[in-house]
Amino acid sequence: MTETPLPDPDERVGVSLRLMDITVALLLLIVGAVVVYDSYRLGAKWASDGPESGYFPFRVGLLICIASLVTLVQAVRARNLSYVMFVSLARLKLVLTVLIPALVYVFCVQYIGLYLASAVYIAVFMAWLGKYSWLKSIVVGVLVNVSFFFMFEVWFKVPLWKGSFDPLHFLGY
Amino acid sequence: MVEINALFQGFAVVLSPFNMLLMTIGIVLGVIIGVLPGLGGANGVAILLPLTFAMPPTSAIIMLSCIYWGALFGGAITSILFNIPGEPWSVATTFDGYPMAQQGRAGEALTAAFTSSFVGAFVAVVMITFLAPLVAKFALQFGPPEFFAVYLLTFCSFIGMGKGSPWKTLAAMMLGFALAAVGMDTVTGQLRLIFGFTELMRGFDFLIAVIGLFGIGEILLSMEEGLSFTGKTAKINPKVVFETWASLPKYWATSVRSSLIGIWMGITPGGATPASFMSYGVAKRMSRDGEKFGTGQIEGVIAPETAAHAAGTSALLPMLALGIPGSPTAAVLLGGLLIWGLQPGPLLFVEQKDFVWGLIASMYLGNIFGLVIVLTCVPLFAAILRIPFSIIAPVILVICAIGAYTVHGAMLDIWFMMLFGVIGYLFKKLNYPLAPMVLALVLGDRAEDSFRQSMLIAQGDMRIFFSNGLVGGITGLALVLLFWPLLSRVIARLRGTSARAAPQTPD
Repeated sequence: MTETPLPDPDERVGVSLRLMDITVALLLLIVGAVVVYDSYRLGAKWASDGPESGYFPFRVGLLICIASLVTLVQAVRARNLSYVMFVSLARLKLVLTVLIPALVYVFCVQYIGLYLASAVYIAVFMAWLGKYSWLKSIVVGVLVNVSFFFMFEVWFKVPLWKGSFDPLHFLGY
Repeated sequence: MVEINALFQGFAVVLSPFNMLLMTIGIVLGVIIGVLPGLGGANGVAILLPLTFAMPPTSAIIMLSCIYWGALFGGAITSILFNIPGEPWSVATTFDGYPMAQQGRAGEALTAAFTSSFVGAFVAVVMITFLAPLVAKFALQFGPPEFFAVYLLTFCSFIGMGKGSPWKTLAAMMLGFALAAVGMDTVTGQLRLIFGFTELMRGFDFLIAVIGLFGIGEILLSMEEGLSFTGKTAKINPKVVFETWASLPKYWATSVRSSLIGIWMGITPGGATPASFMSYGVAKRMSRDGEKFGTGQIEGVIAPETAAHAAGTSALLPMLALGIPGSPTAAVLLGGLLIWGLQPGPLLFVEQKDFVWGLIASMYLGNIFGLVIVLTCVPLFAAILRIPFSIIAPVILVICAIGAYTVHGAMLDIWFMMLFGVIGYLFKKLNYPLAPMVLALVLGDRAEDSFRQSMLIAQGDMRIFFSNGLVGGITGLALVLLFWPLLSRVIARLRGTSARAAPQTPD
């Protein structure tokens, strides 16, 4: 490869489109097989009172298998796609800087509830990725969630998840 | 003229102060949703749906459909000022809209975009007013085989008319059907595909899927592109508006053509996005200034915007008259009907006159309101985009999480939302279409029911789908659409050989 070097070496390495195509097709094939298996277990045939529970999903599962097999074969044969980038390492890092904190956030929601976790998440995201001062970030995080609190708990009377530890219990909602 | 009477009754429903307030709130929220990355018509409506559970259904649908109109308007603002399509259907608007903004004609472009959106929607609403009751009346004769044939037609047209690989469309669609089957089987009461996890008994709610696929997936995608908003400023004053309006009648032919394309693509589940591209392409070919398209031609803004709005609006026709949505957003609205306790389908026109005609009347008023609001408040909405992405992104994610939680009040749904977000990211990047998957997830149970009922009637004989002219015709059309890619290739080859025999004619 004698291309002009890009400023960021991470832009040049990454996952190829072909690899991702193959991976996703394989995953879908597994899903299809699982659907077929379970529908067959339930009964995919014709009972005395009509079609059994697995009758329709069995056919759906078969179609998933067929469609993903064709996609798989097409992807395996399309060698030229090996050089097409699905995502470069640099960009993958950017995506993961959003995805991983988001997963941690949902994990925290489970225990400390939507309001607290959201306030922390917004503040950390702003301070860490947006390079805002901590004071500013915390103020925004808290304000946004206080307004959500009033909107949901007070106005619309839609209670949100407070977490299994329920740290906001003292508010009485 | 029964329709006119009914329509006026609808206006009487809409013109209550409460409903007018909801319309305004809906439009403003909708434009904000349309402007923000990661929030669009479908997931915006999905997130706000739980807040309407306690409202009367008519008020609820008025607010939610106004959010949809607002989102359609909002997409144009970001395309023209920032060269970032806020919604997929406004991609084609960037081609000429952004160059116009660069030349300092942003006001002109925005006025043209909003006005043509309005025109497209208006034509489509008039069409709905007169056509929807007829379709519904006709569909009252439908039995299970006819309904299944219509479902088949909907899904086959996705495969045949889709741009990408038909196999990927099929896989995405069937994944939707499989997800819809998870949980309790409504006919036999057996538990399907839950593998011992009792949490899965409720099945996957499509609202969660919509929020994840379109919301979280979109945030991941925009993060990858490393968004930085650098936009043109918008100055709209009455003088620009009236000057632009004076110049618009010249392009009536483009408007009519684009409205028709939009209506056609909206009723058949092509959707607003392909409609806007197709309309742009046709306008480019038909216009006298075709070769100047892409450099800031006002026609290049009119064509896609008219078609997108016409398609977005007419997607509600099959939703109302048949209970089969033409777009993901229409699907979410249909989900709303079920939650509010209304049975979608042709009977809606008989049993819920106030609801149906209130909605149709609100489409007229909502679009007029929308036009006025966007024309007067553009700078305000554009300012939203200047809020940095590092504040917007976490707030949107939190809103999505709240939206996912409120659907059933289940924590597990937030995890599913994240899962669907990753699926949405992968599918978008690999060109698996999301719309058929969402529609399959929504319609899965009902398609299955009509299939099983037909099979019961016919004792398992597939020939029931050809048993009379009506059902046979629909099924036949579905099959033609399904194999359209193959058929068109065959036709092209036949024509190719005859063209080679005859002297070549330029097309």
